[in-house]
Amino acid sequence: MLGKTAAGLFWMFRFLERSENTARLVDAGFRIALTRSAAAEAEWASIINTAGVRQGFLERYDAFNAANVIDYLLRDRDNPSSVMSVIGNARTNARMVRTALTREVWEATNEGWMTIRDLLKRPVSENGLPDILATIRRQNALVRGALTGTMMQNDVYNFAHLGIFIERADNTARILDVKYYVLLPSVSYVGSSLDNVQWETILRSVSAQRAYRWLSDGTANPRQIADLIILDKRMPRSLAFCAGQISEHLGFLAQAYGNEMPSHDLARAHVKRLADHSIESIFESGLHGVLSDFIGRNNALGQQIERDYRFYG
Amino acid sequence: MRVKVRHSTEYTYDQAVSRGLQKIRLTPKNSGGQTVVSWDTGVEGGTKELSYTDQHNNLVELLSIAPGTRTVTIVCEGEVDTSDTAGIIGQHGGYAPLWYFRRSTPQTRAGPRVRQLVRDLGKDFDDDPSRLHALSALILDSVSYSTGTTDFATTAEQAIEAGQGVCQDHAHILIAAARLMGYPARYVSGYLMMDDRVDQDAGHAWAEVHVDGLGWVGFDVSNGVSPDPRYVRVATGLDYGEAAPISGIVYGGRNESMVVQLQVQQ
Amino acid sequence: MANRPDVFDEMHGSGEACRSPYSGYADWFQRQGAQSLRKKSRDAEVFFRRTGITFNVYGQQEAEERLIPFDIVPRIISGREWSRLTRGIEQRVRAINAFLHDMYHRQEILRSGRIPVDVIAANAAFLPQMIGVEPPGGIYTHIVGIDIVRTGEDEFFVLEDNARTPSGVSYMLENRETMLRMFPELFSRVAVREVSNYPKLLRRSLAACAPPGCSGSPVVAVLTPGIHNSAYFEHAFLADQMGVELVEGQDLQLVDGRIAMRTTRGYTPIDVLYRRVDDDFLDPMSFNPDSQLGVPGLMDVYRAGGITVANAPGTGIADDKAIYSYMPDIIQFYTGESAILKNVPTWRCAEPDALAYVLEHLDELVVKEVHGSGGYGMLVGPAASKREISAFADKLKSRPGNYIAQPTLALSTVPVLTKAGLAPRHVDLRPFVLVSPGKIEITPGGLTRVAMKAGSLVVNSSQGGGTKDTWVLEE
Repeated sequence: MLGKTAAGLFWMFRFLERSENTARLVDAGFRIALTRSAAAEAEWASIINTAGVRQGFLERYDAFNAANVIDYLLRDRDNPSSVMSVIGNARTNARMVRTALTREVWEATNEGWMTIRDLLKRPVSENGLPDILATIRRQNALVRGALTGTMMQNDVYNFAHLGIFIERADNTARILDVKYYVLLPSVSYVGSSLDNVQWETILRSVSAQRAYRWLSDGTANPRQIADLIILDKRMPRSLAFCAGQISEHLGFLAQAYGNEMPSHDLARAHVKRLADHSIESIFESGLHGVLSDFIGRNNALGQQIERDYRFYG
Repeated sequence: MRVKVRHSTEYTYDQAVSRGLQKIRLTPKNSGGQTVVSWDTGVEGGTKELSYTDQHNNLVELLSIAPGTRTVTIVCEGEVDTSDTAGIIGQHGGYAPLWYFRRSTPQTRAGPRVRQLVRDLGKDFDDDPSRLHALSALILDSVSYSTGTTDFATTAEQAIEAGQGVCQDHAHILIAAARLMGYPARYVSGYLMMDDRVDQDAGHAWAEVHVDGLGWVGFDVSNGVSPDPRYVRVATGLDYGEAAPISGIVYGGRNESMVVQLQVQQ
Repeated sequence: MANRPDVFDEMHGSGEACRSPYSGYADWFQRQGAQSLRKKSRDAEVFFRRTGITFNVYGQQEAEERLIPFDIVPRIISGREWSRLTRGIEQRVRAINAFLHDMYHRQEILRSGRIPVDVIAANAAFLPQMIGVEPPGGIYTHIVGIDIVRTGEDEFFVLEDNARTPSGVSYMLENRETMLRMFPELFSRVAVREVSNYPKLLRRSLAACAPPGCSGSPVVAVLTPGIHNSAYFEHAFLADQMGVELVEGQDLQLVDGRIAMRTTRGYTPIDVLYRRVDDDFLDPMSFNPDSQLGVPGLMDVYRAGGITVANAPGTGIADDKAIYSYMPDIIQFYTGESAILKNVPTWRCAEPDALAYVLEHLDELVVKEVHGSGGYGMLVGPAASKREISAFADKLKSRPGNYIAQPTLALSTVPVLTKAGLAPRHVDLRPFVLVSPGKIEITPGGLTRVAMKAGSLVVNSSQGGGTKDTWVLEE
């Protein structure tokens, strides 16, 4: 496979994943705004922070209100992380690697782009928002379904998944890192209703509210939430799950190509570092430190993969 | 006459090269009254990737320069037997059609100055060779031999304007004028054995013009003669660019400096 | 529906009766409801959008990707008509390759005086770097598209030869795919010859032209200028259908004397490069030094025999419009036969008598730039205003050698589906030809381009033309 093709696949799926994560973030913010209008502004600000676009946002807007944030995160073409920008990028990458995709994957991507582009032509009303967010998630699900159902499970498949999981790991870690303080036991208003809302936001941002209901005893507990999102390998957006998947797909590449690269060592170290932790030790050594370390390693691993597999000339 | 040549060109870069390719045309031709007895081109700091003969029957070798290179040295060494043909190379050969040698190139374009030169030459000559010899003399008269004024990119027009130039400029002017007069003409890069010294600063260049009946005839404007056994023909082309001994693309590698060592002797 | 009496309609001839190639289709068509056909027509558009069969139009920022309109009424050619066309095309393609070999070797045709030297000497499409090159199998133009127009029952003319990088074959394939999806029952009623094995033939044909030193299965790749090129969809489509890599200049590098592509496992040398990049941009060391689209050293590797480039550089010398006017002589010279397919009579404006005639008759003629393509920069006399004609006359007088002129042919029409039912529109045809050692293969059919505006003779997609599926019937 061409190095450029591997790069195109990796980024195509990173961008698709990012569009879905952004949609989920907006969804979480929207719920809080609906239920607790007093905290809304702070919540929207924290969502802009999580998306890593605070500077760009403030260059354009003065206030963190629903209309501004939603428009900036969904539609703004000057925001390189807006859903419109990233699905455009995903499609451009898909066009570049058209020969590596089945007709089904390409059509799902292209159709998704056309659908979402049409939906986002005009500013999004609050009434229209849930439907649009659902559409974004559904279009992504179609692409992933086509990927799983129609593509050969070869290196094409592996590079696509490396993109998905590097991006997802980064997103989950960022969501936690922005909100980590609400999970700390020292916070004075533990058990207050504010806390519950914050925890709910975190769970929603990673689509884990249902999993949490089933896996926990039902009461909101910061340790259990952190454990689920960081260490639980059954949770498809947890850090441990993502790191494991990255390592696994790198393993398939090593098998197919007959040799390991430096990224394999990094990936193993990445997995082991999480495995060596328990939720207690994470809180002991400091949640923020653990998350920063994870984000740094995850980025380094992504860059190493780009070098090892000659993404760029 | 057996002419011995040793020619080394060393490129040094202040900053390492990120990648590069060089085309070299440094192997003398085995035609036109000369025979290559032995010839070897060695390269340090680069790799010979391939070789072929181009549209002028020049042997072209392609060198690649690996990332991180700071010095490239190309050394040719060999012996060539030459004979006295009174400057006449003979009938045209190869697939490049004669009309091609009437094409002007940016360096050999006939502008107002070349036109004036041709007007000054007049038309009253017994035959083509005497007309061309007169042209050659007129060019040397108008553009004296002097280094440092022109460089490898100078055009025929610019050289006439400067009133000074080197063998490359003389050849370009003669070619431009000859084509204007309707003759096919070409550039020759090669070596000249000098009677008074062995060490030289650079290779030599002259021109060849196609004359009906005689075929290609050489004219060395700078020395006011037609080539004799002291001349070794290496590469030909429409102009310097097509016959350049070394040309190519180097990425990175800032501040290139070049040192040439050349010995030509019997 | 009303046909102009002087225009040949391929469905109805010059009268009302249905011509025999269309009878099967006409039977079927009569039984279709207008509404359901219009729905199919809309479905087709959705289908094309979804598959991304779009092209980019130069100079238009908005609507960067446009659809070429597709009409659901097929253009039908009988087996007998086709076999006559293919004989003519084959003869022409053989002559073109012989001409190209001659141009880059002894130039016998110039020595014989059949073509003036100036036509070649002053032509930028002649590449000196190709002089003396022996491409594998002696083939210069591996993929050819011959543009053919029809004016009557037995009147076919070649309008243009495309010997550089003919495009449009993806539309031929996708148009058929669309028709098969939408009207499967039609294909069980009418026996239409297959086009779908074109990519397989293309790959085999390219592989057969691998350099002599190539051992094992040749590595083929398609070279594209990139996703912003107007024909990118086609490049990706062909690479995908052939199962070969689609590369850009930045994926390639000279490695161990070969042109190799950067893969996730290192560099893999390429044996045959099907390039969709123009000559001038192929190699910055040999051609345009500013080109970012090519590979430094490609031309050197080519001359050294390390790679086959298809089509060969310098093939443009055969499809230039000035050369076109000499095609009957070229065919006679290299095949010893007279041309089976006629040329459109052509005035070379470089010749003073011709220029005078053309200037007198601008309102009747089509005037084209010698080196132009895609319908840009041409004058269609009968459709032009007085002002346009006089402005064009000035251009023509200042650079006559840049133009040729042809009579406005009454191009045949084929019905298209409009809101008001079937209506005749002018068409042309581009069959696609593959050349490999000892073999010339012509896919039965080709790309039918149709002027979507009533009465218009301009079929170019860049000027609003559409396409149709082209059926060649089993004999």
